[in-house]
Amino acid sequence: MVQHLRNRLDASFAALSDPTRRGVLERLGRADASITELAEKFDMTLTGMKKHVGILEQAGLIKTQKVGRVRTCTLGARRLEEEMAWIERYRQMWAARFEELDKVVEELKRKEKVDGSKKRE
Amino acid sequence: MEARRESEPTPVHNRTAAERTSERELVVTRTVNGPARLVFDAWTKAELFERWWVPKSFPIKLVSCELDVRVGGKYRLAFAHEGGTVEFFGHYLEVTRPSRLVWTNDEGDAGNVTTVTFEERGGKTLVVVHDLYPSKEALDAAIAEGSTGGMPEQLEQLDQLLGTLAGA
Repeated sequence: MVQHLRNRLDASFAALSDPTRRGVLERLGRADASITELAEKFDMTLTGMKKHVGILEQAGLIKTQKVGRVRTCTLGARRLEEEMAWIERYRQMWAARFEELDKVVEELKRKEKVDGSKKRE
Repeated sequence: MEARRESEPTPVHNRTAAERTSERELVVTRTVNGPARLVFDAWTKAELFERWWVPKSFPIKLVSCELDVRVGGKYRLAFAHEGGTVEFFGHYLEVTRPSRLVWTNDEGDAGNVTTVTFEERGGKTLVVVHDLYPSKEALDAAIAEGSTGGMPEQLEQLDQLLGTLAGA
């Protein structure tokens, strides 16, 4: 069940394990950049940079948008910790709901017991 | 720590789990101490449903609740929110008493389908709430907007804590 989260964490850590990719994140933290600009800045081929950008995008650490022939990279589509915090809020909402549901079910159980013993009388 | 009053039975705290199980799915699981037929009643009878769906701690109040629980039947929930009313509505796709309930959420464009299963084990019922979104983007958007339910102050503190941990 935790596979999806685990995959995303693995993807994030794998993405961050490479110094070039960490450099790309740092660079995008200052301003958006095209893949061409990133390739020049890091002295790489376009193909090499595309691969790094793909890994970062897969991990949800950056998003890219193609306008005309230029693909622009932006930091953080949605950060993992934000999603985790949201899911924890969602869980707490359901936990509160289920606590109230428990009370309703307890009452139904009591009622059923009383009705059952009445029938036996 | 609070001292437990002796006259009260020890409360049984069943754990509620919530996970994003895929790009399009959210799953909540919880065991309820009661047989499936009673738990199913609590999900399908309006007079019972409205007692627990919106706990007192929520920032919104349920003002009306209509559940026409049969295949194709509609439901409509109205909430008081910031001086106005917000409505949630949809229809039931499957109704199998007491084990399965499927409904649509039609208030938005990219609505999720909710499947709830009730599995009885030794007098207790495992409830699984499964929400399937039409696309990854739809679930991402729901998360970004917090549309699946906001929560009060103590959770903001949790957010702050998570933020601190993430920043460390």
